[in-house]
Amino acid sequence: MVRIADLDEPERSHLGTIPCPEFTTRPWITGGPLSGRRVAMVSTAALQHRDDNPFLIGTGDYRVIADDTPDGDLVMGHISTNFDRSGFEQDLNVVLPRDRLHEMAARGEIGSVATYHYAFMGSTDPMQMEDAAHVMAGHLKADGVDTVFLLPV
Amino acid sequence: MGGLAHFLEEDGLATTQISLIRPQTENTKPPRALFVPFELGRPMGAPNDPEFQTKVLRAALSLLDRDDGPVLIEDFPDDAPADAAAGDGEGWFCPISLPAPPVDMAAGGGFKAAMAAEIGGLSTWYDIALRERGRTTMGLSGMAINEISDFVCAFLDGQVPDNANNDLSLAQRLKYAVEDLKAYYREAASAQPGHNTGRQMNDWFYGQTVAGKALYALWPIASDLADQRDDSFMKTFANLLLIPSSQKYRAEPKEA
Repeated sequence: MVRIADLDEPERSHLGTIPCPEFTTRPWITGGPLSGRRVAMVSTAALQHRDDNPFLIGTGDYRVIADDTPDGDLVMGHISTNFDRSGFEQDLNVVLPRDRLHEMAARGEIGSVATYHYAFMGSTDPMQMEDAAHVMAGHLKADGVDTVFLLPV
Repeated sequence: MGGLAHFLEEDGLATTQISLIRPQTENTKPPRALFVPFELGRPMGAPNDPEFQTKVLRAALSLLDRDDGPVLIEDFPDDAPADAAAGDGEGWFCPISLPAPPVDMAAGGGFKAAMAAEIGGLSTWYDIALRERGRTTMGLSGMAINEISDFVCAFLDGQVPDNANNDLSLAQRLKYAVEDLKAYYREAASAQPGHNTGRQMNDWFYGQTVAGKALYALWPIASDLADQRDDSFMKTFANLLLIPSSQKYRAEPKEA
């Protein structure tokens, strides 16, 4: 159970006091039934292709992960050492559940899986990601995506 | 994570997300979030457990069918299987017998010889994991495991490896080498079936391996090197990116 109180110092104090952006609006997009939706995933695990440029501290850019990218082409370039990577090492689905999403599509529980997914590096001020996020949104819509599942690490 | 959800919804895309730190999610107020009581780094809870992962995924996506937001923050009811097993006292232990490190590291050939022996003992299991998974997550540094060991041990021997003609800074290369070193050890140690948590893996690596001891030894060396070279990333690496905060209790750092 991850409760702030269960974490060791100084991680506990750090995570409990990270500044969060305060938004004045509450956008709320709805849609049709899940069975008709096209779903993409966005991870903040700093997943990248082996030959991608590395993620750098304080930058809010993203890497594109084609849905058919072989698992073995992906590495985790995240800078932090304070989260577990051994789960990812054993099974990519624990951070990017592509197989599970495709199984749901095959069963008709969702409409389809996007052609591209995206990865940012967490431990970054979310406001640094704003411009890149809006550019990414354009790419997602061009792919016919209407729904995004976001996963932190 | 909540910030990204906000930006995407502004652009007309519906979002749902996993939350690993509930207070952050409560502060950011994303449209929809499923709080899961899992380890940081495992948003879907458990590796190689499709049934459990599907349960998490369905719970997160089901929030899209709700019309009583924003803001929706739901709690996933179950602990991850490895966490539950650990809570029941079923501790994971590394099934691989490693050669005992020399009592006197210097007389025994230093870290380099001890790590080479350890890596040799792990290599069969690393190869098995590679074959069964069809992948390794090593590769950030661009070095093979023996090159990584030599590279890290050079710092411990007071040398500064040549970094000319490398696209990465010395500190970035050292960071990636350390990540690849840990990945090699963990991939080998987890080759055999069984639940394990990240905490158990860290306790094994930092508490029982020569490589773990080498990283503690590297800490003050990298810190001094950062001062000598006025290298801010090397300083960050030494103080924040080398040893997890949960493992720092094992060593007293040299004052930065």
